[in-house]
Amino acid sequence: MTSLEVRGLVKDYRLRDGLRSTRLRAVDDVGFTLDHGRTVALVGQSGSGKSTIARLLLQLERPTAGEIRLDGRPVARRGAGLIRYRRLVQMVFQDPFASLNPHHDVAHHLARPLRLHHPELSRADVDARIRHLLERVQLDPAMAGRRPHELSGGQRQRVAIARALAPSPGILIADEPVSMLDVSIRLGVLNLLATLQREEDLGVLYITHDLATARHFSDDILVMYRGRIVEHGPADEVILNPKHEYTRLLADATPDPERRFGPAPR
Amino acid sequence: MTGKLTAGLVIAVPIALFGLLGPLVVQDPSRVDDIGLTAPAAGHLLGTTQTGQDVLAQLAYATRGSLIVGAVVGVLTLLLSGFFGIVGAYAGGWLDEAFSLFINVMLVIPGLPVVIVISAYLPDRSLLLVSLVLAITGWAGSARVLRGSTLSLRNRDYVLASRVAGEKRWRIILVEILPNLVPLLASQVVFAVIFAILGEAGLSYLGLGASESFTWGTMLYYAQNGLALRLGAWWWFVPPGLLLALFGAALALINFSIDEIIDPKLRNQTRAARRGWRMSREQLRRAREVTL
Repeated sequence: MTSLEVRGLVKDYRLRDGLRSTRLRAVDDVGFTLDHGRTVALVGQSGSGKSTIARLLLQLERPTAGEIRLDGRPVARRGAGLIRYRRLVQMVFQDPFASLNPHHDVAHHLARPLRLHHPELSRADVDARIRHLLERVQLDPAMAGRRPHELSGGQRQRVAIARALAPSPGILIADEPVSMLDVSIRLGVLNLLATLQREEDLGVLYITHDLATARHFSDDILVMYRGRIVEHGPADEVILNPKHEYTRLLADATPDPERRFGPAPR
Repeated sequence: MTGKLTAGLVIAVPIALFGLLGPLVVQDPSRVDDIGLTAPAAGHLLGTTQTGQDVLAQLAYATRGSLIVGAVVGVLTLLLSGFFGIVGAYAGGWLDEAFSLFINVMLVIPGLPVVIVISAYLPDRSLLLVSLVLAITGWAGSARVLRGSTLSLRNRDYVLASRVAGEKRWRIILVEILPNLVPLLASQVVFAVIFAILGEAGLSYLGLGASESFTWGTMLYYAQNGLALRLGAWWWFVPPGLLLALFGAALALINFSIDEIIDPKLRNQTRAARRGWRMSREQLRRAREVTL
């Protein structure tokens, strides 16, 4: 039963070029709400500020202005409040080849969040939970002892999803979770995410630049362009009836099997 | 196990064992005898010095002395460069600026002149003091290398992921980042050991090394003072010089093989490896036949 609310979020970066410094507004007055049990897709081109929003939501960076509220209260930036926040808001990274430490085995990646957020668990409990988590993401529990380099891309991304689920969060942020995977296994990973979202009643922010999967897997769509949210609404509404010029461009760019090249034969 | 690593270990391990175990079996290296300068013979396997001291005994103690200098400087360099290079780069902000400035200042201080000044200022020098001086002037280079790799590692996704999981800073540095720096640390330490042993030998040869102790450098210093070269007493100056050169070469070989482990691309950069890419004479002949 978690909800994450963002209001008036702004992030500026200072670009230094010799003595002159200019400001780049990566995120400009963004606001939305992530509710439990709902999936919100954040769509936009590269450099539009999607990943910056993910980093701001995960408190890897500080917003220049605006506020983030968890269950109606402003989020804590340090201490016990931050630890609670870390437990409730988790992330699946884009690149499964970079998000697992090559020096540690799968069990380490899953055991650390468990130990950090549930210090009362005994060693046997942690082992049991690791096995359970691996089963949840449809991996063989015997994989716990493997190192990341022994796994395929899809298996790694499943481990990364299991790691994000380990502290039993309420909000999951998935930053292009399938863009680095083989096309043939993308659907499997997305379906897994959708199933887990239903079972755990998660609020999911699905960041992508793929309109088709955004429409299929999410309830609402936010379209981002140059740091601003230019359009938002229910998924079908945004795709079928785009208001903003950029959304129209995006929708037109997706291949349509109904449309033929050249004039249609009579 | 590459050829370089094998060759390096085959040379370095016996020398290290000689330095560790030699002093236990040889006679007192300072014992003066009235036989004077004598060539190698049954009683003294490597001959004696001008004052009748056994060269083999001196060599064993000198090896131990040089290895102690190398080990102390290696450990100190590891600690100093690790602390200033890794911690500063991970923390970022003003701490990184301060540490980076400090590293740069230490880096541009010309090493050998400072060592000479410090050594000349302190008349009574122990082996440990000389090692300390060498470590303080030599750690900055490796700190810069470590800082560079830490800057690249701290923004890897798996480090961010452990921050998102809520790991503490010191645990991220020690458990997530440090294991990925181990090969780099090893090669930096090996380099520091070479630098220390050669630097100590240079200082001792100038008469600025540790007093009242044996190292390869002090042996060369006394050999030069005793006119060993002009008297043709090769058994006095060749053994320490040879061991110095061999040990330095062995450590350099070990360092190269560690570098190849860090960056496998380097393995293909040797001439021998490139020659393997060319067509053999047989293949060339056949290719010519086909084209004609």
